[in-house]
Amino acid sequence: MWAYFTRRLFIAIPTLWVVITVAFFLMRLAPGGPFDQEAPLPPEIMANLKAAYGLDQPLWWQYVNYLGNLLQGDFGPSFKYKDFSVTELIGQGFPVSIQNGAAALFLAVLVGIPLGAMAALRQNSGADHAAMTVAMTGIVIPNFVVGPLLALVFGIWLRETMFALPVAGWNNGALPNRILPVICLALPFIAYIARITRASLIETLRTNYVRTARAKGLPFRMVVLRHAFKSAMIPVVTYLGPATVFLLTGSMVIETIFGLPGIGRYFVQGALNRDYTLVMGVTILAASLVIFLNLLVDMAYAWLDPKVRYE
Amino acid sequence: MSDAPMNEGRPPRANLSVPHADALDKAADVEGRSLWQDAFRRLQANRAAMISAIVLIVMAFVCFVGPVLVPWSYEEIDWDILEAAPPNFDTGHYLGTDSLGRDLLARILQGGQVSFLVGILATSVALVIGVTVGATAGFMGGRVDQVLMRFVDVMYAVPLMFFIIILMVVFGRNFYLMFLAIGFVEWLTMSRIVRGQTLTLKNKEFIEAARASGGSTISIIARHIIPNVLGVVIVYVTLTIPQVILLESFLSFLGLGVQPPMTSWGALIAEGAQEMEITPRTLVLPAVCLSTTLFCFNFLGDGLRDALDPKDR
Repeated sequence: MWAYFTRRLFIAIPTLWVVITVAFFLMRLAPGGPFDQEAPLPPEIMANLKAAYGLDQPLWWQYVNYLGNLLQGDFGPSFKYKDFSVTELIGQGFPVSIQNGAAALFLAVLVGIPLGAMAALRQNSGADHAAMTVAMTGIVIPNFVVGPLLALVFGIWLRETMFALPVAGWNNGALPNRILPVICLALPFIAYIARITRASLIETLRTNYVRTARAKGLPFRMVVLRHAFKSAMIPVVTYLGPATVFLLTGSMVIETIFGLPGIGRYFVQGALNRDYTLVMGVTILAASLVIFLNLLVDMAYAWLDPKVRYE
Repeated sequence: MSDAPMNEGRPPRANLSVPHADALDKAADVEGRSLWQDAFRRLQANRAAMISAIVLIVMAFVCFVGPVLVPWSYEEIDWDILEAAPPNFDTGHYLGTDSLGRDLLARILQGGQVSFLVGILATSVALVIGVTVGATAGFMGGRVDQVLMRFVDVMYAVPLMFFIIILMVVFGRNFYLMFLAIGFVEWLTMSRIVRGQTLTLKNKEFIEAARASGGSTISIIARHIIPNVLGVVIVYVTLTIPQVILLESFLSFLGLGVQPPMTSWGALIAEGAQEMEITPRTLVLPAVCLSTTLFCFNFLGDGLRDALDPKDR
């Protein structure tokens, strides 16, 4: 098994290289550059700026340089946020995004799994239908609708009451500032996790080994908790891999709506501003994160399902 | 209904001396039901799916035909208003105007056109690529399969949303490029599903028969493999369309999708969110349209899955 995971890690390197290369050249294809302004700069100043950032070099040389710096852990300077390196910006933004993401994921697992399990155990009852309708609603109302609506309710309609919550800003991570973004980010996950849990638990409860466990007289509670639950969790764990991608894109919207200084917002702003190095940095970070978490998911898979063997 | 005799215009059979000839005669006349007819019948029995299908057809029709009947176009500014005005039948703004004095109904309809077009075109792109790659990989096997599926694996590990955003920035938010870009992202899962189905199909006798009678690889894939994976593909397509619509709205919400004065539901939601404390209508109406569409596609997809995959009946 370890040989398998080592090999996976080695495959990760060319994958990352492809991501870096494609992103690098795509960004450079874009018309316009990071120093375009409404009033164009005098050509001498433009030339100096370009020289200072190495943009006057041939493209292939810039690429080689970028890769060289990257190997030393240097993402280069940001073009728009003067005096900041991309490493510094990511260092500021990443903790914000990762804290929100982790909290949302935690909330989603905490609410989604019991919700789905409850629906599965009372299959086709009113409670089941209600839970699944709620889950479907969570999926079809996108979080860029839920975000503004929550802001409207808690920021404006309830602003005189004790339920008022701040709807923008990070405020150094004060708890009230985190509540709405985390809920908003978690809602679609709750919905998906509940649906997956329900489907998978229903299927597991029909298997022979569960029937055997019941036949030998174990209380239903024990059957579900001891026998069915672990293997019913496999699809949920598998979903957590794609969920991280989802989380990354979700954070772009959430951070834009709630004005949080996370990497999602840096990415959107950077793309609009042609901040080449910042966009590259965030993309590389996101790709590494996705690769790493997929690997973790595969390991969890092997632990949950004894039938899975990696060679 | 199907067991009604269908022998009009046929000469009556000679009365044989077999005791149950009548019954036999009737049995022979029962029309065979294909897999598709069966599936369609099951789908018809699923009320949620049928209502969803009807709602979707009506919505698409209204979005594409409606603008002819609305007195204002989506880009026209009513210079007498120039603000978010409440609905008024005298001026012809049946749902009021947005903050620039443009007719909200006309804009919602136009946004709907974009959403439906993106949903269908981008999914078609994903469909063509996904089915071709999946069927080829599954059927050819060996090295071709290895190379194609490793490529899909690598693509899965790439945060593709980031690339769509970079693409949209690079090519100046080109309308048609957006279809292509979204399609290029969504084909991955499709190809895996089709490959899996193809692998189970390719050792069946009828494929062997086709090969024995001299069919080429391409014609076997096109004539035998693809029609047989169609059921699964249709289900997946129905579930992909809402994802694509959502993706487009997401891009438009961030200001990276369709460009003004053109609009889409995502862009309208973004605009509406700016002024929701004054006129919640500008946020709520497009949001309701978007959510209803996604809801219906999801229900239809679930219904189709139940109809075409009778495993759980």
